[in-house]
Amino acid sequence: MFSKSLLSTYAVILVISYFYFRDSLVTTSVAGSALLFGLPLAMAAMVGILCERTGVVNIGIEGTLLFSAFLGFFIGAISKNLLVGVASALVGGIIMSLLLAVLTVNWKMDQIIAGTIINILAAGLTSFFYKQGYALPAILPRWNIPLLSDLPFIGPVLFTHGPLTYAGLILIITLWVGLFHMRWGLRSRSIGEYPSSADAAGIRVNRLKYLNLILAGGFGGLTGAYLALELVGSFDRGFSAGKGFTALALMIFGRWNPLGALGAAIFFGTAQAIANQLMITGVVNIPQPFINMLPYILTIAVLAISAGKVRPPAAAGRPYEKENS
Amino acid sequence: MSHLKSAITPIIALVIAFLLGAVLMYLQGADPLLAYQSLFYNAFGTSAGIAESFGKATPLIFSGLAVTVGIRAGLFNIGAQGQLISGALAAAWAGHRFTELPTAIHLPLSLLFGITFGALVGTISGVLKAFRGVHEVITTIMLNSIVLQLAEYLSNGPLKEEGQIIARTAPIQESAVIPTVFNLPLGFFLGLGVTLIVWWIAKNTTMGFSYETVGRNKNAAWYAGISVKRVTIGAMLISGGLAGLGGAIETQGVIGRFEPAFNAGLGFDGITIALLGRANPLGVIPGAILFGGLRGAGPNMQFDAGVSPDIIDLILAMVLFFVTAPLITRWFRLKQGNQLSVTSGWGN
Repeated sequence: MFSKSLLSTYAVILVISYFYFRDSLVTTSVAGSALLFGLPLAMAAMVGILCERTGVVNIGIEGTLLFSAFLGFFIGAISKNLLVGVASALVGGIIMSLLLAVLTVNWKMDQIIAGTIINILAAGLTSFFYKQGYALPAILPRWNIPLLSDLPFIGPVLFTHGPLTYAGLILIITLWVGLFHMRWGLRSRSIGEYPSSADAAGIRVNRLKYLNLILAGGFGGLTGAYLALELVGSFDRGFSAGKGFTALALMIFGRWNPLGALGAAIFFGTAQAIANQLMITGVVNIPQPFINMLPYILTIAVLAISAGKVRPPAAAGRPYEKENS
Repeated sequence: MSHLKSAITPIIALVIAFLLGAVLMYLQGADPLLAYQSLFYNAFGTSAGIAESFGKATPLIFSGLAVTVGIRAGLFNIGAQGQLISGALAAAWAGHRFTELPTAIHLPLSLLFGITFGALVGTISGVLKAFRGVHEVITTIMLNSIVLQLAEYLSNGPLKEEGQIIARTAPIQESAVIPTVFNLPLGFFLGLGVTLIVWWIAKNTTMGFSYETVGRNKNAAWYAGISVKRVTIGAMLISGGLAGLGGAIETQGVIGRFEPAFNAGLGFDGITIALLGRANPLGVIPGAILFGGLRGAGPNMQFDAGVSPDIIDLILAMVLFFVTAPLITRWFRLKQGNQLSVTSGWGN
């Protein structure tokens, strides 16, 4: 496993440096936009990973992103304060995940239907309360990290972004450490695999589920804030455009592992960035609809390749019923 | 009697959702009574309104049936939207391309094109689920977006009407148009007929039984010798075909051509309608008529009471919430029936 990932890292470095020495400007811009396209997908995939590792299937990520981006944008625009916007987006994400928690943990509803409710409810709320003519005072500013941003290639690609990009990357790595190297992660994963023995070992299953779902909502809110306040700077009906579902595919492709999903998301971002670059330079003339289709086709292809081979957390999709309580 | 009892929860859900909708309108400074009066009068109070409502209900009957067939077989087909659009586009192509055919051939032939392309899109998800274990919720949603982009490309490119600025196909031939009787669209009655057929198959045939067995318990079905793969693919094929037929009828009976924006949302309403009918094919009809009426009369409500028709989306979302969440059975101390269930994990 270690050698395999080492080998692929090596191959990636080789390919990048080949293109870098052919055309450093274009390669840098493609790699930079690969991160921009990929990061929101990776952050949204964390929502799925957190939920499913604790045994809750969440197909409501799309609605969570939509609702939090909506709150982030409009409250940010009305208050003319981006920080207030970010905070409201976080609150919006957490509201949606609390709804999911009530539906699935307390009421033991079918989790797919619960997620669908979140998606449809978010679409209804955001289109009913949508108003035209609002604008943000600005978008979140770029922070060039001193010294690091001067590095060739790595500097402009990794260290010249807005604050939420750094926050997202750091949190994804933190989540990986937490899930696989801390007591919290072991406990969370145990209730996603075998809740009754976790319960017998003294873990309070539903309380931990609540905690993790709230964390997941925070990730969703951060993603919404990133999209509305840092990457795009506006909001429209249907703003999330399927990213929440693509994120689910990346979660599966990345084997429910934060770093795996991050890698998968960067791969997606790279494909999109290359397609855009080919369009700009006019190397190939692909009609725009086909460029737009690319992430969806990739999602299906990636799942068709990987879904049968990976094993989801065993208890994902089932509410936990305590025996003899 | 049992039918009456199972209708109690959806009816209470509707009442609560409309009350909450009224509160929202009131908070926005509109008059909810005036809005609802306008909505229901224009939808069901005049013969022209009823004809309009039935017309709007027609594609919803089919998308509702499509989702219903899926749920019965344990599949959650969120892709009725994409399947319906493929059907609508295919029927528009066949309706325009074939000339000098008699109506008796051209009309059903175009419908058949719609069914086939809808079924094709559905089958992709079915095959991916059966053989690769890819969850249908993701593939159907991805296919929705792919089909939408493809339809946009085709109606703005190869299939675009000549000399036209906006993206739309050429009108279909007279011989492919579905007629109306007494102002009532014939497609509506086709919808009623198809609903009865689906209901009959579900209740009285081995096929209906094996689908339901797979839907309730895959392992039991497998032990009983039912091919789960075949049922999965078959259900998605039928589901997609039904949605495609709905799109074809919309093209041939209402729009007369394909225009991307005209079919928006029809498939998604099918999800709420199917869950409102608790996955009973007959339950689709009242839901579709109600939704069709609301959708059709929404613009009148905006004109009369100044309430944006977007509120209907929100009301319908609340209906879905109250009909599926076990709230109503608790509040009103109803006997809890079987909870609807479609989750079968990500794998098989």
